[in-house]
Amino acid sequence: MFQVTNQARKPTTTAPVLETAEMATTKGHRHVHVDKGHIHIDNISVVFGGNAIAVEDATLEIKPGEFVCLLGPSGCGKSTLMNCVAGFVKPSQGEVSIDRVAVKGPGQDRGMVFQQHSLFPWKTVEHNVAFGPRMAGCSREEASSIARTLLGMVGLGPYAKRYPATLSGGMKQRVGIARALANYPKVLLMDEPFGALDAQTRHMMQESLLDIWDEFGITVIFVTHDIDEAIFLADRVVVMSASPGRLIADIRVELARPRPPEIIADERFVETKRRCMELIRQESLRAFELKGEV
Amino acid sequence: MGEEEVAMDKQETVKTMPAEEVTAMEARQKSLADLCSMRCALALQSLRKWPWDVYAIRLGAVIAALVVWQLLSANGVKFIIDFRNVPAPLDVGAQLSGLLSSSDYYKHITVSIQRILIAFSLATIFGVIVGVLMGRSRLVRNIIMPYIEIVRPIPAVAWIPMAILMFPTEESSIIFITYLGAFFPIVLNTIHGVDQTDESLVRAARSLGASNRAILWHVILPGALPSILAGLAIGMGVAWFSLLAGEIISGQYGIGYFTWRSYALVEYRNIIIGMLTIGLLGTLSTWLVMRLSRPALRWQEVSH
Repeated sequence: MFQVTNQARKPTTTAPVLETAEMATTKGHRHVHVDKGHIHIDNISVVFGGNAIAVEDATLEIKPGEFVCLLGPSGCGKSTLMNCVAGFVKPSQGEVSIDRVAVKGPGQDRGMVFQQHSLFPWKTVEHNVAFGPRMAGCSREEASSIARTLLGMVGLGPYAKRYPATLSGGMKQRVGIARALANYPKVLLMDEPFGALDAQTRHMMQESLLDIWDEFGITVIFVTHDIDEAIFLADRVVVMSASPGRLIADIRVELARPRPPEIIADERFVETKRRCMELIRQESLRAFELKGEV
Repeated sequence: MGEEEVAMDKQETVKTMPAEEVTAMEARQKSLADLCSMRCALALQSLRKWPWDVYAIRLGAVIAALVVWQLLSANGVKFIIDFRNVPAPLDVGAQLSGLLSSSDYYKHITVSIQRILIAFSLATIFGVIVGVLMGRSRLVRNIIMPYIEIVRPIPAVAWIPMAILMFPTEESSIIFITYLGAFFPIVLNTIHGVDQTDESLVRAARSLGASNRAILWHVILPGALPSILAGLAIGMGVAWFSLLAGEIISGQYGIGYFTWRSYALVEYRNIIIGMLTIGLLGTLSTWLVMRLSRPALRWQEVSH
């Protein structure tokens, strides 16, 4: 199934984007070339319910167009940190800004992809993707043309009229990505989006995500606990520790792009992986001991 | 087309066509024949799947009861139940065929249906609005919930005296009683549906730039819809229940009034007809609500 859809995707990748670019210049009120988001996370702390510290004093700068993976054991606060950027969680201290504008709440400049796809089950695939543009004030026709363009890019053009319940897990997640990109956001925030998929699908999704990222040149924060996934995707892997959630390492991944799947056997890949594993292992052990004490 | 004819056709084509075309044609005919036999087999299968034995037993049970009832009534048996007062099914049938050709009977039915439509529509509008408000706001829920808990257990019949005193016309008091019956299941199911809103969908909508109002229309209401529609179906059933109670007070028309008046007029056969009509109308209208709401729930089907 994926081979077929992938083949369908390749030839359509360039054409529809050109089409929208043209559309935008003629209509002139929509930025199709992406404003790359410059993210500043300044001394963020998040405290839940009085004393549970989810994130402690996190500072991170993400350059426009960078792909950053937040890596850490489960429950280390990486999702919480990302939700601060998304605007769903208000930090107890510190501030997040995008292009020097402080984040006050959720907004269209940041697209979200969730672990549980979170598609609207009562909307067709096309209407799911068209939802963002509609909310941004696009006409029905404009919104559905944007939706069709993006669905073409993720290889789901023929599924536009289907309901999410009829799609496989990987397809749902691709709709989720298309929906998040439909507002042409500056930043794409992805919370373990491929965590629920099987290994094969996961690899396919990682590759297509890199293609899409390449196409949009968008800033991405990608939360995962999978070391291979983080290194394969990211420019930088930011490792977090658990309780309290702290940023403990910022590892630059020196691997050329485009990255073929075989790259996981590359020396530098293995070396980076070794470093991450070491850090994660120490952290997991520490977290384990901490829990043992409690 | 008979088999012979097919065979003749085939022979003709053999004479006039080149060999490979003939085989292609034969193959086509064969596949067509296969398709036909497959269709037949499928039709047969679905006929066979239809649970004939089940329906035969059910029908038999009803007929048996009718026969026993006929015998008991015809012989005026009096054992616990006084069958001298219970008209026999054959008498009822004869009476019904007479009623069906009189406009009076239909008038009773139309008046009842009108009342149901008015009361049910009002209950749907207010039930859904109040239910959504209570589902989304703690404060509203805490203010309204005690009223619902106090009023809901009061049966429709108990409302009759108060309803007559409260409203200017009999018609409005009947509609009020019917409305009350439909209102509670609709409110409670709406609250339940809204409670089940998937917060991750609300988040998704918010991150896509949806306002609170858009979230209500695109996330909360569609999510609550299955529960709301279940509430409507239940509400419709209870509405008929309450309508019947209400129509006892009406001196004009209505199928409940028809039934009750028949008792007063010693038209016992009409009582049976009234009862069966009420049952039928109730079942039909509930079925109609479910049937009409099905397209709105198409997204729940996993495969088309």
